[in-house]
Amino acid sequence: MSAIVEAPEPKKLTKKMLTADHPTWCPGCGDFAVLAAFFKVLEKLQIPHEKICTIAGIGCSSRFPYFVNGHGIHYIHGRALPLASGVSLSRPDLHVFAFGGDGDGYSIGGNHLDHAARKNVNLTYVVMDNFVYGLTKKQTSPTSPVGYKSKTDPMGAVDQPINPMTKLVNGGATFVARTHATQVKHMMEVFQRAIEHPGFSVVEVLSECIIFYPGAFDEGNPRKGGEFNLIEEKQWDDTPEDEARHDVTNKSDAYAIACEEFPGRFGVFLEHDRPTKNQLEQRWIDSSMEKVGDATPKDLIAQRFEGMK
Amino acid sequence: MSSTATPASPENTDASASGSDDSSDRELQNAVIRFAGNSQDGIQSIGAFLAKLAGRSAREVMTYMTIPSTIAGGPSIFQVHLGSGEVLSPGDEADFLFAFYQHSYDDHLNSLKDGGICIYDTDHVEEVKKDERGILHVGLPITSITVEAIGGSARDRGKNIMVLGLVAQIFQLSREKLSTLIEKQFGRKGEGVFRNAMLAFDAGYAYAVGDLLSGDFDLKEGTGAKEGKMTTDGNTALTYGLLAGGVRYGAGYPITPWSSIMELLRSELPKYGGLFVQAEDELAAVSLAMGMSFAGHLAITGSSGPGLSLKMEALSYATMAELPLIIVNVQRGGPSTGLPTSVEQSDLMQAIYGSHGDSPRIVIAPRNVEDCFYVAVEACELAKKYSCPVIILTDQALATRIEAFKEPDLDSIVVEVKPDLSERPADWSPYPIDGATVHAPPGSPMAGGKYPVVTGLEHDEWGHPSGSPEVHSKMNARRREKIKKVADNIPLPKVCGEESGDTLIVGWGSTWGPIREATLRAQEKGLSVSSIHIRHVHPLANGLETIFDNFKDIVVVEMNDEGLYGNGQLATLLRARYCNPNIRSVCKTDGLNFKIKEILAGIDAGATATS
Ligand SMILES: Cc1ncc(C[n+]2csc(CCOP(=O)(O)OP(=O)(O)O)c2C)c(N)n1
Ligand code: SF4
Ligand SMILES: [Mg+2]
Repeated sequence: MSAIVEAPEPKKLTKKMLTADHPTWCPGCGDFAVLAAFFKVLEKLQIPHEKICTIAGIGCSSRFPYFVNGHGIHYIHGRALPLASGVSLSRPDLHVFAFGGDGDGYSIGGNHLDHAARKNVNLTYVVMDNFVYGLTKKQTSPTSPVGYKSKTDPMGAVDQPINPMTKLVNGGATFVARTHATQVKHMMEVFQRAIEHPGFSVVEVLSECIIFYPGAFDEGNPRKGGEFNLIEEKQWDDTPEDEARHDVTNKSDAYAIACEEFPGRFGVFLEHDRPTKNQLEQRWIDSSMEKVGDATPKDLIAQRFEGMK
Repeated sequence: MSSTATPASPENTDASASGSDDSSDRELQNAVIRFAGNSQDGIQSIGAFLAKLAGRSAREVMTYMTIPSTIAGGPSIFQVHLGSGEVLSPGDEADFLFAFYQHSYDDHLNSLKDGGICIYDTDHVEEVKKDERGILHVGLPITSITVEAIGGSARDRGKNIMVLGLVAQIFQLSREKLSTLIEKQFGRKGEGVFRNAMLAFDAGYAYAVGDLLSGDFDLKEGTGAKEGKMTTDGNTALTYGLLAGGVRYGAGYPITPWSSIMELLRSELPKYGGLFVQAEDELAAVSLAMGMSFAGHLAITGSSGPGLSLKMEALSYATMAELPLIIVNVQRGGPSTGLPTSVEQSDLMQAIYGSHGDSPRIVIAPRNVEDCFYVAVEACELAKKYSCPVIILTDQALATRIEAFKEPDLDSIVVEVKPDLSERPADWSPYPIDGATVHAPPGSPMAGGKYPVVTGLEHDEWGHPSGSPEVHSKMNARRREKIKKVADNIPLPKVCGEESGDTLIVGWGSTWGPIREATLRAQEKGLSVSSIHIRHVHPLANGLETIFDNFKDIVVVEMNDEGLYGNGQLATLLRARYCNPNIRSVCKTDGLNFKIKEILAGIDAGATATS
């Protein structure tokens, strides 16, 4: 791709450097923990500060970029992924992160999610799923369970919710994981693997909206009497126990886990390598540029014009 | 800046043409030839050969074609207007008609002028109206001649080339130049293919058609500069304009007649180290392009009417965030799926105002194929300079028709645009109240340690979201004034004809040619008629009112509906802007280019109304 002027050596990245404005989320909102976990992972991975790029659509969760002191863009509702794809595909030097909610990602942006996954664009996407529209104050979301009473379903939601995990596995995402905002250590582990994964990596985080859907994820929170059941991944150690463990490269097994009843299991559902769109396009660019040789853009256009005479 | 506002565009022809036009030679110098057949007969390629030949012989050319919107093919025409004088329109009426089938004959005989010549294929056309309007009928067994010439399994393939040979003979076009072009086209498909093509060509070229036709149809070579012209269609010219202007990234979704631009960019950009992405829909396409722009590149997206509607939310974002973005809209007949393969100019209001909120942006419209190139270059400059969305409003007629024009001076035009990732100083602000936008793409180190977040929320000059009433008013003013400033550098359109008089015809976009020809004809008749062409439709050039004030009747000719209040889209804008009651509309929406006589009739109607 077009040559890019190299930036000077950055300083060591700290949480303090990454902290921007105090988040405007309601006290107790699950999204605070997601932000904290993200900071810790960035600090651990020491990504050059100016190469961090956070991108979001619209929603409470989509305000995320304001709270990260890094290059960011707060875009329009539902279109964070195509915008992030444009950044990723045109700037391979950046670390591209997209954030958003269930409405933003699974409803208005649902089609884009399938296509970013299918194209395996190199970026990391974190969905803070609270089963409700928070910012617009309690309407049914695509993940609200049947019976959930909202302002748009005063008698209880009637439409079957989307299962984000089957959607993601099916869509072709090459890294799919699920975590819970109350489990910070787990969240960090999963984020780190997602970031290190080459290709389209998605983490679905159950992140409670304390105002409009309190208690939504208690069933997955041991401190609230629930169970935080982890996916046990294969160790490839030839032990009999390993037989029963999950092979993260196996799509149909991942799909089966994705179909489990709520609260289901947490951890990595799928992690496998497939060439990214970034690589495949770069291959074409490289071979085209090789054929072109020393010809400048002006030469290339002049050659075409010659053919039009 | 005024020199870059209209990069090397041959604007000056407007002023000089009325003098140089030698009307007495017109009839002899120009010929309008219509080929009517089915799309699978390759009649498009006859036209393409003639257009290329015209470019090589300093002749002027303009083509016009219809393609059936069904994939399986069907009736199709290609019309070529060749001339050694100025060619401004595809021609109202044809001098020659080549009819391949009965339906071609039946449907197109009325496109011939009185006393015109109809050459038809006797193998397919059985019934002809010999006494019609003095038309000379010449029947030739086009299919059998071709089959005989090529023989073997080719059947009637090659009919088009045989007809090309006929045309070459009738108009005494250079066999040598044409055979070079045929070789260029077919040579790489193999020796046999080229040989067969030449057999077909010579069968037509040698056919003794001259005995059947009376008169001399020698179409003179042009007297203009002998250097070779290039011939291409508007979408291709526009695409190379974008490449010359520095576009290296983009995204789109297919829709006729925009698709050929995205297809060409998709295959060309990798050679420039860039990339064009086919998106899942128009919302994604504009968002991908916005991401590329945010990342520091000069990016483009595009579509036709319905797709432009889908991009509208994002376009307001580009205005708000002050990101440079080029949007091509190839207009077609609307509303809805409308007439997808016909021409219309009904997206003007959509291009200028079609978004929520107050979201000013730049809209420019090319006037002919050549101008598609220069408008694209200018759009690149404007998007960079003003950091805002720029819409190129072209149309179906320009997209597909072929014209010959002088090769642009690439040395002075081609630029490279790279992301500026330099360190930004501690006092950096992206939206200085009285200054130009200075976007800091990701990757730019920030000396003050504070990084920017680009936002669609209202924000202050540092880009911080703010709901303050003063900030919103102030920033709305900033975005408005920025676009108003563009107008300071737009040259006032040149008047074709006298600077004052009875009637001023006003046009925009692809109506330029027919309006100019209508103006010249009216002047020949001794009428006091002038015309101007508005290339920058938003913002408008400063001082247009000084031109309008000098005319009694201002007729805005455009291919859109007169609307609820009796005025077309540009006319509505001009009336609102200048409060001049003499501005009125001549509109039509039949999906066809304006005919000269339709424009002349429109002016006449005004003359009687005002007298
Ligand atoms: C085009 C458009 N439609 C609707 C809205 C209003 N809107 C803003 S956020 C939102 C839903 C947010 O829900 P979600 O994505 O789940 O985020 P949360 O607030 O729950 O974190 C809606 C409907 C909008 N901003 N833009
Ligand atoms: S409304 Fe809900 S989702 Fe939004 S900030 Fe408050 S708690 Fe979080
Ligand atoms: Mg939500």
